[in-house]
Amino acid sequence: MVNILEVRGLRARITGGREVLKGIDLTVAPGEVHAIMGPNGAGKSTLSSVLAGKPGYEVTAGSVLYKDVDLLSMPPDERAREGVFLAFQYPVEIPGVNNTYFLRAALNAGRRQRGQPELDAQQFLKAVKEKLKLLDIGDDLLRRAVNVGFSGGEKKRNEIFQMAMLEPNLALLDETDSGLDIDALRTVSDGVNRLRDPGRAIVMVTHYQRLLDYVVPDHVHVLADGRIVASGDKYFAAELERTGYAHLCDAA
Amino acid sequence: MSDVTIAERPAAGPDDILDSIVQAEGYKYGFFTEIEAEEAPPGLNEDIVRFISAKKGEPAWLLEWRLRAFRRWQTMDPPDWAKLNIAPIDYQAASYYSAPKSLKDAPKSLDEVDPELLKTYEKLGIPLGERAALAGVAVDAVFDSVSVATTYKDKLGELGIIFCSFGEAVREHPDLVRRYLGSVVPVADNFFAALNSAVFSDGSFVYVPPGVRCPMELSTYFRINAAKTGQFERTLLIADKGAYVSYLEGCTAPQRDENQLHAAVVELIALEDAEIKYATVQNWYPGDAEGRGGIYNFVTKRGACRGHRAKISWAQVETGSAITWKYPSCLLEGDHSVGAFYSVAITNNRQQADTGTKMIHIGRNTSSTVISKGISAGRGQNTYRGQVKVLSAADGARNYTQCDSLLIGKSCGAHTVPYIDVRHPGAKVEHEATTSKISDEQMFYCQQRGLTAEDALSLIVNGFCKEVLNELPMEFAVEAQKLLAVSLEGSVG
Repeated sequence: MVNILEVRGLRARITGGREVLKGIDLTVAPGEVHAIMGPNGAGKSTLSSVLAGKPGYEVTAGSVLYKDVDLLSMPPDERAREGVFLAFQYPVEIPGVNNTYFLRAALNAGRRQRGQPELDAQQFLKAVKEKLKLLDIGDDLLRRAVNVGFSGGEKKRNEIFQMAMLEPNLALLDETDSGLDIDALRTVSDGVNRLRDPGRAIVMVTHYQRLLDYVVPDHVHVLADGRIVASGDKYFAAELERTGYAHLCDAA
Repeated sequence: MSDVTIAERPAAGPDDILDSIVQAEGYKYGFFTEIEAEEAPPGLNEDIVRFISAKKGEPAWLLEWRLRAFRRWQTMDPPDWAKLNIAPIDYQAASYYSAPKSLKDAPKSLDEVDPELLKTYEKLGIPLGERAALAGVAVDAVFDSVSVATTYKDKLGELGIIFCSFGEAVREHPDLVRRYLGSVVPVADNFFAALNSAVFSDGSFVYVPPGVRCPMELSTYFRINAAKTGQFERTLLIADKGAYVSYLEGCTAPQRDENQLHAAVVELIALEDAEIKYATVQNWYPGDAEGRGGIYNFVTKRGACRGHRAKISWAQVETGSAITWKYPSCLLEGDHSVGAFYSVAITNNRQQADTGTKMIHIGRNTSSTVISKGISAGRGQNTYRGQVKVLSAADGARNYTQCDSLLIGKSCGAHTVPYIDVRHPGAKVEHEATTSKISDEQMFYCQQRGLTAEDALSLIVNGFCKEVLNELPMEFAVEAQKLLAVSLEGSVG
């Protein structure tokens, strides 16, 4: 089976600035959940930003294959329509734009790309209801403007809801656990778990072990100073919790 | 070509409106219709004023009225207080009357309208004939200077509603015209209003009798066709006691390298308990990216709430014109009268807009609301200029003003110039203003969800304008959304 993601020797810098990724190798197969951990400033968020195509970064070496296709040559909106989803660490507010409308525009953009018919309002609402039920979340966010006035927990919940609707092949979760209290963390984690799928790969970037108590990964990697310095299975995360990153970082 | 059809629009929910945003394709209304026109020679003098009046077979009092305006105009100077950079205009170079020749004997029905003209209107998406019936919109179409066809007149006539060209109103309803013409915008109100009063060629007239609720949206489309012609239409709309009317106005002009002059006057009169809603989608040719050509749009619009509890609401979407100078205003004369102004103004490339409103509180317990959304892109300059005036007898006056500016790119400008003149100690006047930029984060967020840069921009801009777009009748809201997208073409990299 074709890997969802094959990152080889990826180096990237902030445009006109310092190098942040210094040779990343990462292979993610369908159905797998990978956690990328590491200290602040190691390049975790940069990795998800570069994969999603966020402006402001320059790739200087290496390659990224997404389902065997060169990901880096695609503009960010095309990556999204091809099934790459980034759950933002800080979801962005768009005043005056209804959350449901926004999501429907996004969903139909992807469907057009895949040659599928667009969903009309009724079909869309049906799909929305199914996903809300799946994630066990209320419909209170639907009528509001995108992320406007949302609490931290609501914003993260909305990201996971969008992910559920857009059904990506590759979901990049950037610090999805940050700023959540324990109840919100549980809601969001339950949502992610329900979205685990044999055809979908999930890459979680996180600073803390605690997310991994709820969403148990297949593989855990430690990113330090722009390189993956250690990898292991789900038990590796617990070990890291005891030993910390410091000795690994020194090794790098 | 035709994508502004009213007739083909399904009834859509507010969120569906955005669905119909189309990809930007530049100025789509830049076609030019070849029709033999009967034009006045260029230049402006009393003979021209007499020529226009004679062409229209006007009564002596109206000619006198025009001449009075012309004489005052000659003593006036163009206003220089707006934040607009305008090359001097040679008023003697323009022609002040152009009637399509084949229409000299005005058509009695749609069948008699020149097919070329009908084709033009079809391109513009104007619902005439059957399309009008489907849309439930009655249309008065003004092509250069002559009113071409007014649909639905009979049906409206049964209710006693008069909806016709201005010229016809002068012939058929001279008492009404004479009573109200110039009663809100006096002949010498300002330089451009005086010019219009002297040379106006046609326009629309509406009268809704007491207690009648006009059952359909009334609509006028204006189009400047002939080269080097000014257009000076005059609209007079009267809602008698307890009447209600909603009126829509759309504008386009062909693409030409030289600037064209448009100086219109609109007067609204709402008597006791009457309500008038007046919406405009202005899409005159804005000129090219380097600022060549485009319409100079100098418009005086004013409504008088002349009776108690009268209401007047202006809604405008200004996307076109090289220069926009326009301040739709409300004179709140009656007690408990209500005025509103909702505006979206876009300037892209080299466009300049200086637009806003005046709310004059005269009666007791009057209230007014002003919501202005200015969007600047390219090298566009966008100024909100608004006055709120509360006279000393206006007990209990209230105003709320909100001015939001959105900047796209680094070379544009947004300016807010509020004038607040309160002469009553109990007045309550609020003014809020914000300026924001479309952030890279917003754009990336939308793109990461699969929207193209153009769609993302259009979505964010429409969100910014939502409070105003909600005030437009549905069919105009759809058109306005498309125009916002078209107007911002090329403003994202």
